[in-house]
Amino acid sequence: MPNPSRSYPYIPNATARVKAEMLARLGLTDPMTLFQEIPEHLRFKGCMDLPEPVADEYSLRRHIEGLLNQNRHCGQTLNFLGAGCAHHFVPAVCDEVNGRGELLTAYAAEFYADHGKWQALFEFSSHMAELLDMDVVSGFLYDGAQAVATALRMATRITGRRKVLVPATLGSQTRMIIDNYMRGVGAAQVEVQTLGFDPASGLIDLSDLADRLDEETAAVLVENPSYLGFFETQATEIGRLARRHGAEFVVSTDPIALGVLAPPVHYGATIACGDYHPLGIHLQCGGGQAGFIATDGDMRYVTQFKDKLYGLVPTVQPGEYGFANVLFDRTSFGSREKAKEFTGTSNALWAITAGVYLALLGPAGMQEIGQTIMQMSQYAAGRMAALPGVRLAFATPFFKEFVVNFDDSGRQVAEIHAALLRDGIFGGVDVSGQFPWLGQSALYCVTEVMRQADIDRLIDSLNRVLS
Amino acid sequence: MARRRPDPLRRFHQARWDEEMIYELSVPGQRGVLVPRAEKAVVEAVGDGVSAIPDDLRRVRPPALPEVSQPRIVRHYARLSQETLGADITPDISMATCTMKYSPKVQEHIAARHPGLTEVHPLQPGETIQGILAILYRLERFLCEISGLDHFSFQPGGGAHAIFTNAAIMRAYHAARGEAGRDEIITTIFSHPANAAAPATAGYKVITLLPDEHGVPDLKALKAAVSERTAGLFITNPEDTGIYNPHIDAYVQVVHAAGGLCAYDQANANAVLGIARARECGFDLCHFNLHKTFSAPHGSMGPALGALGATAALEPFLPVPRITCDGQRYALDHDHPLSIGRVRSFLGNVPVALKAYAWILQHGFEGLREAAICSVLNSNYLEAEVCHIPGVTLPYARGQRRLEQVRFSWEKLREDTGVGTEDVKRRIADFGLQHYWTSHHPWVVPEPFTLEPCESYSKEDLDEYIGVLRQIANEAYADPEFVKNAPYNSSIHRVPEQFVDDPDRIAITWRQYLKKGWAQRQTQG
Amino acid sequence: MDRPKLGLVINPIAGIGGRVGLKGSDGPEILRLAMVRGAAPQAAARAAEALRAIVPLGDRIEVLTWPGPMGADLCRQLGMACRVGRGLGQGPTSGADTEAAARWIRDEAADLLLFAGGDGTARNVCAAVGEQIAVLGVPAGVKIHSAVFAVTPASAGIVARRFLEQTSRRCRPAEVMDIDEDAFRQGRVCARLFGSLCVPEDPSRLQGAKVGGGGGTGQGIEGIVATIVEQMQADPDGVYLIGPGTTTRAVKERLGIEGTLLGVDVVYGGRMAAKDADERTLLEWVADRRAYIIITIIGGQGHLFGRGNQQISPAVLRRVGTAHILVAATTEKLIGLGGRPLWVDTGDAELDRQLEGHIRVVTGYRSYTLCRVGR
Repeated sequence: MPNPSRSYPYIPNATARVKAEMLARLGLTDPMTLFQEIPEHLRFKGCMDLPEPVADEYSLRRHIEGLLNQNRHCGQTLNFLGAGCAHHFVPAVCDEVNGRGELLTAYAAEFYADHGKWQALFEFSSHMAELLDMDVVSGFLYDGAQAVATALRMATRITGRRKVLVPATLGSQTRMIIDNYMRGVGAAQVEVQTLGFDPASGLIDLSDLADRLDEETAAVLVENPSYLGFFETQATEIGRLARRHGAEFVVSTDPIALGVLAPPVHYGATIACGDYHPLGIHLQCGGGQAGFIATDGDMRYVTQFKDKLYGLVPTVQPGEYGFANVLFDRTSFGSREKAKEFTGTSNALWAITAGVYLALLGPAGMQEIGQTIMQMSQYAAGRMAALPGVRLAFATPFFKEFVVNFDDSGRQVAEIHAALLRDGIFGGVDVSGQFPWLGQSALYCVTEVMRQADIDRLIDSLNRVLS
Repeated sequence: MARRRPDPLRRFHQARWDEEMIYELSVPGQRGVLVPRAEKAVVEAVGDGVSAIPDDLRRVRPPALPEVSQPRIVRHYARLSQETLGADITPDISMATCTMKYSPKVQEHIAARHPGLTEVHPLQPGETIQGILAILYRLERFLCEISGLDHFSFQPGGGAHAIFTNAAIMRAYHAARGEAGRDEIITTIFSHPANAAAPATAGYKVITLLPDEHGVPDLKALKAAVSERTAGLFITNPEDTGIYNPHIDAYVQVVHAAGGLCAYDQANANAVLGIARARECGFDLCHFNLHKTFSAPHGSMGPALGALGATAALEPFLPVPRITCDGQRYALDHDHPLSIGRVRSFLGNVPVALKAYAWILQHGFEGLREAAICSVLNSNYLEAEVCHIPGVTLPYARGQRRLEQVRFSWEKLREDTGVGTEDVKRRIADFGLQHYWTSHHPWVVPEPFTLEPCESYSKEDLDEYIGVLRQIANEAYADPEFVKNAPYNSSIHRVPEQFVDDPDRIAITWRQYLKKGWAQRQTQG
Repeated sequence: MDRPKLGLVINPIAGIGGRVGLKGSDGPEILRLAMVRGAAPQAAARAAEALRAIVPLGDRIEVLTWPGPMGADLCRQLGMACRVGRGLGQGPTSGADTEAAARWIRDEAADLLLFAGGDGTARNVCAAVGEQIAVLGVPAGVKIHSAVFAVTPASAGIVARRFLEQTSRRCRPAEVMDIDEDAFRQGRVCARLFGSLCVPEDPSRLQGAKVGGGGGTGQGIEGIVATIVEQMQADPDGVYLIGPGTTTRAVKERLGIEGTLLGVDVVYGGRMAAKDADERTLLEWVADRRAYIIITIIGGQGHLFGRGNQQISPAVLRRVGTAHILVAATTEKLIGLGGRPLWVDTGDAELDRQLEGHIRVVTGYRSYTLCRVGR
């Protein structure tokens, strides 16, 4: 029997008198009778090896904050890590809205109880649609990598083909995630081929692309900007080649760039995707990732989305906005394994947050933030490349990340970064292991949160370390 | 004591702001927030920055986002919040199969506000994230205790994702044993649809078992389904009907004997916390929804975390990285050659894990059991009362006890009055309650509704809920059209269904709405 | 938008035989006998139950019906305005009256034809309009084997109302079955598939949480067909006996073969080898070849063998082997059986025993549902 002296602030009916009264209504005295359908041999016996409960809220806070205080964070330490999770400015209104209990604790309820939630999510999709200049957007993928994987699978369904071509410069975790969705039982469901590339620029080798493209190719994937930061400057031509062979042109992009960078559809993409973590969501140790997919309004594409789509519809009251689940049978809620792919709870709170972010920034804000990022990153790259023994790995233009090569310094990235850490700096992601052909290289990320003085501090520190 | 109202039902009306789409609030030139600009010296050094973009990749026209001042944006979202009934606002007894539990504020505040989490980059050196690794490592140990399995991974971003990952692990396991020919999985119709859809996404054929007259699939059917092609079983228990399958261990044995693995969808674990575990039933894999059973909020539908458990035999196949501890320091270990690789970037939804950690820590073993006991008690109490409401029937398992949820039927009400479960569901919003969950598709129980009054709800909450259902049933018998035309007190009126899937009308975004001429139609009435 | 039009046809004598143990009401002699035994007409009362859901629609719809007991009387009684076609002479009504009424309602471009009757009435409607308009049956007869009926009269009304209120309406083909009443009365059951009608998607099973999301077993049927075609391609040298029904017809359509709806066709090497084959022809084809039987569950009763596909005789079945039977059906159809097993009644008790147990039914793309088979 539970210890009668314990109280449970979150469990109202644990109160002895209430519990007894409810049991009595059921004609019972021992609550364990309620579990009579669980056979004896399947019951857990004994006591679980769990710690004694932390009884009060204050002690709990002390305990957990004590653990979190052991971490260092990007508020105290100058951070150049990115690689799919970049440090961006989060407007206070974003935190205000996603902290509201109504939205935080809502779930899958429909529009009569949760009209506001549906409108917020519809507005998110609408903002993303403007940013991407496409008509249909889903924001319920677990992260940008899954968005790429699902976009590729959509392409195989649209074309009825089974081969996809992907760049060699994908980050290894993205590639691992894609592979998990393309593998099959025995034979692969989708054949993934890696495109050749030019090590000097990072760009896709167009002749290799031309060789591999055939009537079996469902999609060509391009990241723009790429995992390694550079723009795929041949994107227009790649898209043309893909479409000539009847393949979908899938482009993964960074939404925070789209005030200054053309949306993928402008250079031929038929499916755009990516991760909207940059739009008003904190780092959270990677807990703020969230993927999107966009296409135009052609029903051939719309019917291939796997997650819920929220549509604006009229109500019986003239002039009133209502919402509904559009084409619900597409989803596994509607038709189990016959659906396109499984769906489930994903990231709606982040979608609402990104909607707030885009509303706050507006067209001018998006243009300005894109420009600030490019100016700061170019400034940082220029300063770093001027250091002895340091050069940029690619001459190709980039957005917020760039690869810095330290080969000529004769030093290992790990060693350099250990020294930077002592100066209170997280150096960029060490990509030497992931891409051996890059030598001793690191991927540096510089965004609008970086000030000139921060970059100067990095340069000073590097100067010391390298000399 | 609860306040005694003259009328036992709450006189509710939801906020109805008739709030504009934010595009309709746009005034050219207004700004919601200003963003950092590069300093003068930076601009002098690099110029405008954007000229670096090749011409064909430069954005020509700015995106047509709304231009709205900050006070109006805040008001807009405050209003939309008021037009949303989260679990903080209403007893969310309705959303069964999803355990709408109270999310303690203290853990929300820590997770959302402590820079030691919010401002941490996932690729920081291991020695700078020891606190986070400690939480993940300890939570893994807790869940191992609670399930009886040996290892946990926190990569999956939700329950369905965990099921997909389980399917990927089965795929890798059989392939490693040279048995890639095992291409079939078995599930039941009363298991969550993800148990069929996620393995299908991984490439499996799916065999579904139907319930027998007791509401659980019969063992003979399972025996007929297994073969040398069987990769595994994906099953919920208790199933979404609330019925506990007492022969679950026999099911597992049948599948094991055929060479398959068994994955336990523990979305319904709230019924059995501290009472029964995956291990005793013989499961190889399982998953818990930390955003349901372990109190992290649903966030309007995520972020979430499907914590995936495995036996020691399957540990080599778990996603990387794994978290290790040498007794003092925590580290990330990527070196697992048989691993399926990754299903999500970085370390998964760490804030969700932190909330689950905090919740378990506050409850301890006894508290977990208390949560299970009170949730099952609440459900049994509710069942006893709801069964007396006219028009309600309870298919299957007559005379048996169900656990934490129950799938009822309004079929009799529909036959008697023409009012079906969808109509009642709309009307319920008029009383300040969340819509209830009907059932996943296809409907095996006709006109279903599924209720799960977990431990967070008081007897008064249950009585109020029962009173509302009774009131609606009475209304249906007296005036069916009244119920059919509900809601009346909600933020919006009834949505007619005919346009929803019409390709000429589908409007998933505002620009599509404008393109399809909806606005003109609306003003014309 | 024009008002939706509902056609209503009542077979006033349907069901009349049932209560007096006559197993059906087909033919004037039986009818006379029923009256002698004191049978009272049930169909109008059943139709009234269905119309309860329709009455509140008032003049938002237009009702088209046939004179007197075939609809007009009931409409008047319920206070429903209706337009009445010209027909019906004196004396008791017959199948010809049902057919004439159905044709008129089709010609008037009704959106839905609601008929009250049994399998015999369904056959008349099928003969008159086939799959040309949407039809739904109100169960009011003795024999209800066809899959064109709602579960109860009240459900028929609810399904009909929903269908009329929608603008994008979805239908699916459903089989019309009947048994030979003479044989039935003599204790032999001899069921046949007579054709198919186009019925509304059943929202009671499908609509649910989607709220407005259109239903659709189309996805299911497409998936079923794809799975079966894949299995056929896996053994291109096999002989395939494809049984009657709308699901198997879809397989033949996918293969580009013009087969029969009602008969058993033999497909070999991707081509039609024998159309509407009889038992002897089937036996010839399977005599020395590896063969497979592809069948669907016909009608609403869950019959696998012995109803509507007797050409696939015990001899054919034994030759092909029970392991080579492919069964296809939508999940909705299986759930509609309400937990009852699938039936076999081949006329060979020993074979029936062999077929008992569990069988995999293809219910979608690479998906199967396990079903119990009984006798």
